[in-house]
Amino acid sequence: MTSPELKVEIAGIEFRNPVMLAAGILGTTAGIMRHVYEAGAGAVFTKSVGLREREGYPNPTVVEVDCGLINAMGLPSPGIFELRGEVSKLREWGVPVVVSVFGSKAEEYAKVASMAEEAGAVAVELNFSCPHVGEVSLIGQRGDLVEEFTRAVKDAVDVPVFVKLTPNVSDIASIARRAERGGADAVTAINTVRAMAIDVWTARPILGNRFGGLSGPAIRPIAVRCVYEIFEAVDIPVIGCGGVVSWMDAVELMLAGASAVQVGTAVIYRGMDVFNELVQGISAYLSKMGFRSVSEVVGLAHKA
Amino acid sequence: MESSDVKTIWFRDEACLDAQPGQFVMVWVPGVDEVPMSLSAIDVEGLSAITVKRVGEATESMHRLSVGDLIGVRGPYGRGFTVRRGRCLAVAGGIGVSAIAPLVERLSEAGAEVTVVYGAKTRDELVLLDRLRGSSERLIVLTEDGSFGLRGVATDPLDELLDEGFDVVYTCGPEAMMHTVFLKADRRGIPVEACLERIMRCCVGICGSCVVDGVRLCVEGPVLGSETLRRLKEFGRFRRGFSGRLVRI
Repeated sequence: MTSPELKVEIAGIEFRNPVMLAAGILGTTAGIMRHVYEAGAGAVFTKSVGLREREGYPNPTVVEVDCGLINAMGLPSPGIFELRGEVSKLREWGVPVVVSVFGSKAEEYAKVASMAEEAGAVAVELNFSCPHVGEVSLIGQRGDLVEEFTRAVKDAVDVPVFVKLTPNVSDIASIARRAERGGADAVTAINTVRAMAIDVWTARPILGNRFGGLSGPAIRPIAVRCVYEIFEAVDIPVIGCGGVVSWMDAVELMLAGASAVQVGTAVIYRGMDVFNELVQGISAYLSKMGFRSVSEVVGLAHKA
Repeated sequence: MESSDVKTIWFRDEACLDAQPGQFVMVWVPGVDEVPMSLSAIDVEGLSAITVKRVGEATESMHRLSVGDLIGVRGPYGRGFTVRRGRCLAVAGGIGVSAIAPLVERLSEAGAEVTVVYGAKTRDELVLLDRLRGSSERLIVLTEDGSFGLRGVATDPLDELLDEGFDVVYTCGPEAMMHTVFLKADRRGIPVEACLERIMRCCVGICGSCVVDGVRLCVEGPVLGSETLRRLKEFGRFRRGFSGRLVRI
């Protein structure tokens, strides 16, 4: 029997395999992103980038916890005017790069996405886990803004637009539906879960920003649940993200409805080898179970 | 105090007892900042140390610590220097001597023949001299203003020294200096181990803050060998600021 087909197609783009580097992990320079691609990832997502340069929050910006990591980087970024150079290099090298975009206004998202497209991004992923200008709540917590901002970006670019959803909401499926209404070509679920850590000896919050986002194995069950709910609510593909470390985690998300998965925090535990490990593990699972391609397992848990 | 603006802070941390010279820790001053520091002493009667130059808010806070105060330490992180025997040259510039001091002590214990070249701006900036003296066959000290030792910079004596022949050159200090050290040694076929420095945040290999040409300093460095140094285009020329923007060195 021939090897299972690992290629996946999302919004018209064909990726060599369903294992992608999540936004916010390593995606700072063309050099490091190329390493990730050479290590076996199907695609690389950049760190989120906006119009202006941002230094991010003061250290401590990460704290490791029992089964994951809490980060409060604060979206450090050189800005799209500089990052586009890294994107172009990757494009030249033949590395499929998706640019993660953030902003505080619809026009900013549209402008950054457009420049990312010009630089060679194969798609853009909208990071709505940032506050709307002048507010405390996140764009991703407001269905109306998600739809409006997604529409603004769709009107500005030709490449596919993915929307990354925050789990810090009461009804993620409804937010996913608004993204779809705004024209999103796919949704990514989930971003990090709002969390914090306190040091018992100094009685202080550890992170410089006090609050951060929890990622890693601790959130995988939340990611599985979100992907499952979203899969039932929308027709567009879902990219699963959240605590994927082993092939079983990836398959779990696929069975819940993910057409592809993103990997981030796992690099701490498994190093750069994680991408190839996941690809091999998924392939072995498909073979063992008699599936001929990744697409055959997507959403299978819904038929149970 | 080692000098008017340099202080060595000793702390008790189990994980650091097994550290290697060249490795670093992230030091948390609660409410102020968390910064990377090379370990300047490892397991001396159960204690380890960092040698801190007062340059900003975080280091200022560290200088104001008293015995018994708490600081947060995580690590040790990264790949340290490899301890070799034979003829070893260690070149330290400025506060880079913090990482070199524990190295030369280990080299000396291992039976290596150690020459140290140490350069600083002025006499007042020279620190840890006793430790360097005690672990080396030869110690050459330079100050830019000539207030102590030879007048000049740490790279001045290198051409003559390197022609004597060494088995390895270790270096830690300003990157432009390390780059010069590398070029001079590499030209003569002598292996180099350089301890680089970049912005540190996660220190576990995922945030991309410390990347130099695709090499993550926190897990693949901060000590890098000649093979790697040779293919780094940014080494000695560019580093990245807190935003990730490329900045000329």
